[in-house]
Amino acid sequence: MATATAAEVYGTPPDEELHVLAVDDSYVDRKVIERLLKVSACKVTAVESGIRALQYLGLDGGKSSVDFDALKVNLIMTDYSMPGMTGYELLKKIKESSAFREIPVVIMSSENILTRIDRCLEEGAEDYIVKPVKLSDVRRLKEFIIKGELEENSKTRHQKRKQRDEDQPSSSSSSSSSSPTTSLSFLQLPAGDDASSSDPPSSPSSPLSQPELLLGSPSKRSKLLDRD
Amino acid sequence: MDVGQMQRRLLDYTKSLFMEKGVLDGQFLQLQQLQDESNPDFVVEVVSLFFEDSERLLNDLTRALDQPNVDFKTVDSHVHQWKGSSSSIGASRVKNGCIAFRNFCEEQNIEACLRCLQQVKQEYYLVKNKLETLFRMEQQIVAAGGSIPVLELSF
Repeated sequence: MATATAAEVYGTPPDEELHVLAVDDSYVDRKVIERLLKVSACKVTAVESGIRALQYLGLDGGKSSVDFDALKVNLIMTDYSMPGMTGYELLKKIKESSAFREIPVVIMSSENILTRIDRCLEEGAEDYIVKPVKLSDVRRLKEFIIKGELEENSKTRHQKRKQRDEDQPSSSSSSSSSSPTTSLSFLQLPAGDDASSSDPPSSPSSPLSQPELLLGSPSKRSKLLDRD
Repeated sequence: MDVGQMQRRLLDYTKSLFMEKGVLDGQFLQLQQLQDESNPDFVVEVVSLFFEDSERLLNDLTRALDQPNVDFKTVDSHVHQWKGSSSSIGASRVKNGCIAFRNFCEEQNIEACLRCLQQVKQEYYLVKNKLETLFRMEQQIVAAGGSIPVLELSF
């Protein structure tokens, strides 16, 4: 049985990075979160309000400002306290939308209020980060999102294999089935000039240490490498 | 003064900003870690934004507290913003001043609020002064052909 090569497990188009939509009314915070994300090898779109975020996603009923080739959003990070639409209200709108409810939403807030945290998590927020946001927070989030995408794709592949086996029970699946899923690209360092900024001098772990994610869950790993 | 001496002076000065009753906390170090050759002015840029923000908030607060009928919700909203931005750059004493300020907003205690405003204003000018000094020292080192040493502190 052929085992997967590193390229098949990790290899992907180099231009696929996590795309984060950051929402914060504070100019200072927008600048910091943007930098935190860029240093962590993420593409960032930073907007100043919930309304702008909805406009970007095309959820405001008007014409979407995102053109056809625009990047898919993998994560939304929003401040809680914003004038007009709060982060909580934005969270609700996103979870109510069939198109975007699968996108993980993280709330950021300077206030550590238990009832607020509970409310946000109940409404579907993936996480609640107390500001100021640090590099370790972004790293942790990124790993979580990648893991989520891996599980998602492992599930899909498993279902596809099951489907195929059910359709043709006697055939073996020695030929490599579906091509490596695109989400695994997050494990790869971005090419080109992003490389320097994604490698902060004092960081203990570089993006390439992500292979550990697979080792953490042996059952999932065997599913991915299984080729029977 | 040669570059080496300037660099040592800078490190000593930076350390003093974090010491007990210092004006900065670990978040400022976090910002420095985000700076590199591709973004060599990141810290100065963020801090400049903080200064602009602060001047605006100071004006807004002064005006809001000068009203015949003070709207404490408005005052609180400004202080909340100031707390946020000061926290994001590591200006801990400004942040702490804002925390106390918000408590008095909640109590709708106008006298205490006015005192807090003065307090936060002082803290702001203090950290502004020190950061500008820091940046000047950095500029001098760069102008003399040296590199800016990175402070390693464990918290």
